[in-house]
Amino acid sequence: MIAWCLKALLSHWWRNPVQLFAYLAGLALATALWSGVQAINSEARASYDAAAKTLGEGQYDLLISKQGNRIPQDVYVLLRKSGWLVSPVIEARIDDVRLLGIDVVTSATALPNLANGQSAITYDTLFANEETALKVSMLANVTVDKSIAPGIAIGDIGLVQRILKRDDLTRLILLPNQPIKQPSLGMVAPNLRIQSAHAVANVTELTGSFHLNLTAFGLLSFVVGLFIVNSTIGLAFEQRRGMIRTVRSLGVPMRTLIALITFEMMTLAVIGAGLGIILGYFIAAFLLPDVAATLRGLYGAQISGTLELRASWWVSGMVLALIGTAVALSSRIWQIVQMPLLASAKPRAWVVATASRFRWQLIIAITLLFSTVPLAMTLEGLLAGFILLGCLLIGAALALPPLLGGLLTLVQKYTVAPVWEWFWADTRQQLPGLSLALIALLLAVSANIGVSTMVSSFRQTFIAFLDQRLAPELFVEVDTAEQSAALEMFLMNRQIEVLPLLSTQVVIADLPVDLYGIRVGQTYRNNWNFLDNTLNAWDVIERGKAVVVNEQFARRADLWVGSLVQVSRDLILPIAGVVGDYGNPKGQIIITERIFKDLYPNLYASNFGVRTKDAAQLRSQIVNTLGIKNNAIINQVGIKALSLEVFERTFVVTSALNVLTLGVAGFAILMSLLTLADLRVPQLAPVWALGLTRRRLAWLELLRAVLLAGIVFVCAIPMGLALAWILLTIINVEAFGWQLPMYLFPLKYVELGGYALIAAFLAAMWPAVRLMRTPPSTLLRVFASER
Amino acid sequence: MVLRLEGVKKSFRNNDELIPVLQGVSFELEASDTLALRGESGSGKSTLLHIAGALEAADAGRVWVSGKELTQLNDGERAQLRRTDIALIFQQFNLIPSLTVAANIAFQSALSGTPDLVHIKHIVSALGLEEQMQKYPEALSGGQQQRVAIARAIAAKPKLLLADEPTGNLDEITAQSVLDQMLKLVAQTGTALMIVTHSTNIAARMKRQLSLRNGLLE
Repeated sequence: MIAWCLKALLSHWWRNPVQLFAYLAGLALATALWSGVQAINSEARASYDAAAKTLGEGQYDLLISKQGNRIPQDVYVLLRKSGWLVSPVIEARIDDVRLLGIDVVTSATALPNLANGQSAITYDTLFANEETALKVSMLANVTVDKSIAPGIAIGDIGLVQRILKRDDLTRLILLPNQPIKQPSLGMVAPNLRIQSAHAVANVTELTGSFHLNLTAFGLLSFVVGLFIVNSTIGLAFEQRRGMIRTVRSLGVPMRTLIALITFEMMTLAVIGAGLGIILGYFIAAFLLPDVAATLRGLYGAQISGTLELRASWWVSGMVLALIGTAVALSSRIWQIVQMPLLASAKPRAWVVATASRFRWQLIIAITLLFSTVPLAMTLEGLLAGFILLGCLLIGAALALPPLLGGLLTLVQKYTVAPVWEWFWADTRQQLPGLSLALIALLLAVSANIGVSTMVSSFRQTFIAFLDQRLAPELFVEVDTAEQSAALEMFLMNRQIEVLPLLSTQVVIADLPVDLYGIRVGQTYRNNWNFLDNTLNAWDVIERGKAVVVNEQFARRADLWVGSLVQVSRDLILPIAGVVGDYGNPKGQIIITERIFKDLYPNLYASNFGVRTKDAAQLRSQIVNTLGIKNNAIINQVGIKALSLEVFERTFVVTSALNVLTLGVAGFAILMSLLTLADLRVPQLAPVWALGLTRRRLAWLELLRAVLLAGIVFVCAIPMGLALAWILLTIINVEAFGWQLPMYLFPLKYVELGGYALIAAFLAAMWPAVRLMRTPPSTLLRVFASER
Repeated sequence: MVLRLEGVKKSFRNNDELIPVLQGVSFELEASDTLALRGESGSGKSTLLHIAGALEAADAGRVWVSGKELTQLNDGERAQLRRTDIALIFQQFNLIPSLTVAANIAFQSALSGTPDLVHIKHIVSALGLEEQMQKYPEALSGGQQQRVAIARAIAAKPKLLLADEPTGNLDEITAQSVLDQMLKLVAQTGTALMIVTHSTNIAARMKRQLSLRNGLLE
C-alpha cells in the first residue's frame, strides 16, 4: 500500500516537472544564500579563533613602547634580570603576511597552543598554514601547520629577526603570576607601558556588525526563497486535492497519507536544501576573496582565502530549510486533516483569496507599521534596530497584496473599455496567487534601495571627509626622534607649513583610545568640519583649554560638547568639538601639541602633514637631504586612492548580495507565473473564444507582470528609504559608532526600477510564450461538456 | 450477506435548522445481487451510498459490510474495509491524473494487497482499454475514463460495488455500453452491486429496485 501511495504522490511531480523544479529551486536558492553567508561567517570566525589562539591576543597584558613599535633587546634582558616575567615578540608585515617571532622557552605559558600543539618550534623553520606557507617559502624553511591562523607565519624570534634584519622587539608579553617583589616598570623600562589585555580591540567584536549585516542579507534571501517554497507547496496541494480524496476513498488511512506526504515533501526538501548547500559553497567561495579583502581593509582582520566544509554552516542551512518547509507544510497538512473525505475534488479557488484574509493582513500590517514609530523612539541597541527593520519589512510585505487589490479595484472602476476592464479584473483575481512573488520583489527592491542609499550616502560623506582630512599635500613618517626633529627644522627653515602629529594609545573613560597632539593652524581651521562644537572651538583648543573627540568616542563614552574628559590623572578638559571620523573603528581624542608634550615629554612626532605647492620637488628634497626613505612619504592622491579602494572593496559583497536577492525575487515571479499557468487556462479560454488572440493575451500577460512590478517598485521607494534611514541612524550607529547623513539618489532608484521591470518582464516571458503556443484544443477543452 | 442496513438515520445541519435526510432505512444485499436505488434529487440516495461505502457515518442505526458492523470500526479499520471489500464508482471519474491508465487500474487492487494480473488483463480486455493503458486520464474521453474507473473498481475483486450515477456524465449510447460491461463483470465475479440512478432504463436492468422518498424506502 505504501509503495503504491508513494507512487501516486510522486507521479504528481513527474507530471508537473516545473512545479518540482520550483520547489527544489526555491529551497535551493533559500538555502544557498543563507548557507553561503554562514559559510563565510564560520570561516571568518574560525580564522579569528585560530588567530587568537596562535597569538594569544586578548589573553595577556602586554608591554609596549610608549613611542613607535620597537623595543631594544637590552630592555628585555634588563626586565628579565630584574624579575619581570616577560616573553619577547617581534612582528612585521611582509606583503600581506604577518610574520611573528616568539621565544619558544619563555612563551611556553603564554602561547600554549604552539608550545603544546603539534608544532614544536624549531629554530630554523617558519610555521604557517598551507596558503600562507606558499607566500613565505622564499624566506626560510616552512612547515605547514593547519592550526595556525591564515595570513600568519610564526617562527623562533632569532630566525624572524634574521629575516627582518632587525635586532629589536615589537612587544613583550607579560606572563601571568609575576613575582610579588619586582622593581617598578618606570624604573627598569621608563619608555614602556602596560597595555591591558582588554584594551586590545577584539577583532571578533570589531567585525561582529559586518557579519551580522551578511547574516541579515542571507536571511532576507532565505525568506524570499521560502516564499517560493510555500507558494509551490500550496499549489501542489491544491492540485492534488482530487487525488487525496480518491486515495482516501479507496481505503488509504488519513494517518498513512499524512505520513507519506510529509515523508515525500521532506525528502524533496532534503534534496533541494542539499543542492542549495552545494550552491552556497560555490557562492561563498566566489565571495570569500572580496570578504577577505573587506575585512583586511576595514579591520585588519585576516581570514582564510580557502573555504572548508564545516558542519556549523551546512547543518544550519539544512536545518533551517527543513524547518521552513515543515512550517509551510504544516498548514497544508492541517487543511487535509480538516478536509472532509467527500469534499469537492475540484481545486478550491486557490487564486481567489477571501476578502477577510486581506482584511486581517491589512490590520496586522498597519499594527506593525505603526509600531515602528514608538519602537524607533524608545528602543536602543543593534537588536532593537533589527526588530524595527523586521516590523517595517513584514508590515510592508503584508500590506502589499490588500493595497494592490484596492488599487486594482479602483482602476477597474474607472475603466470603460471592456478588454481593459477584464484585464484589471483578471489581474485582481490573480493577485493572491502572485502575492508571495510580489512581496519577494518588494523586499528585494526595498533592500536594494535601502542598502544602495546607505552605501552611496556613506560614499559621498566619505569622499567629502577625505577631502577635509587630506588637506596636506604630503604625509611623512619618521622612525626616530632625530629624524623627527630634523624634518621639522628642515621644513620650518623653508617656511613650509608643517603639521606634526603626536600620538599614543591610552585608556580614557574606560575605553582604549588614540590620543593625538596637533598643531592647530589654518589647515585645521579651514578644513575640519565639526558635527557639533562650541563657539571659537579651535581657539580654545589651541590655548590648551579643550579637546576635540571623534564621534566614535563621543557615542561610546556618551560624552559630547561641553562634557569633561579626564585626559590624564591631573588634567580634565571640556570637549569643544566632535568630528566625524568615518571608517575608523577606534575612539580618538585630540589635544594641542603643547599639552601632549607636557603629558608625554619622551614622545616625538612620528607623522607629519606638509603643505606645499610642489609636492614632487619637496619629496625628493626630503629624501635626499634627510635620508628619509621614499616609501615613508605618501602623497595625498595616493592615500585618497587607497582609502577609496578600501571603501569600494568593503561594499563589493553587499552589491553582489543585492544582485543575488533581486535575482531570487525575479525567479519567484517566474515560478509563480509558471505554476499558475495551468490554472489560468479556464480563465483565459472564454476571453480567447470571445475574440482575443493568443498573441494578444500573451502580451497582456507580459504587460500585467511589468505593471505589477512597476506598482511594487513605487511602493518599494518609501519603504527602501525608511530602511535606509534605519540603517543609517540606528543600525550603523550601533554597529560602527558613527552616524551618516542621508542623501537621496533618484537616478540610482530609477536604474533599480528599470532592473525590477526587466526582471519581471523576463520572468513573464516564458509563461507568455507558452500561452502564445497553447493549442486551441487545450483552450477548447474548457468548454467540452463531456469532461 | 454483503451489505445490511438497519434503521439508518442521517441528518444535516443547515445553519440552525436540522434537515433529516434518512429517517430509518433498512435493507440487505446478497452476493451477485444488483440493486437500483432511485429517488428525487435530495432524497438521500448519495448519502445512503456513502454510508454503505464507509465514507460517512450514520447518526443512528447499524450497517454491516461483509459481516462487520461499521459503527464498531475506527477510521483505520473502515479504510481497511474500503481497500479490501468495497469499491466505489462516482459520477466524476475520480482517476488520479498523474498516473497512467494502467497504474490507475492496478491502484486499488495493489492497495488491497491482492493484485491479480490475469483478472486485471481480463477486465481491461472486456472494457476495451488495451490501447489506452499507457495514456494519462486527460487524454481519454469521458466514456473511456468511466470505463477505467469501473476497471479499477472491479480489478480489486470487491464484495460490494457502489456506483453513484456512474453514467450521469455520459451520452446515452456510451452509458449503455459502460453499463453492459459493468453488469457483465459483476455477474462474472459475484460482486454485489448497488447503483444510485435517476434513470428508469438503468434501474430496469437491476434485479431489485428501491426508491427513497422523504428519507424512507418505498
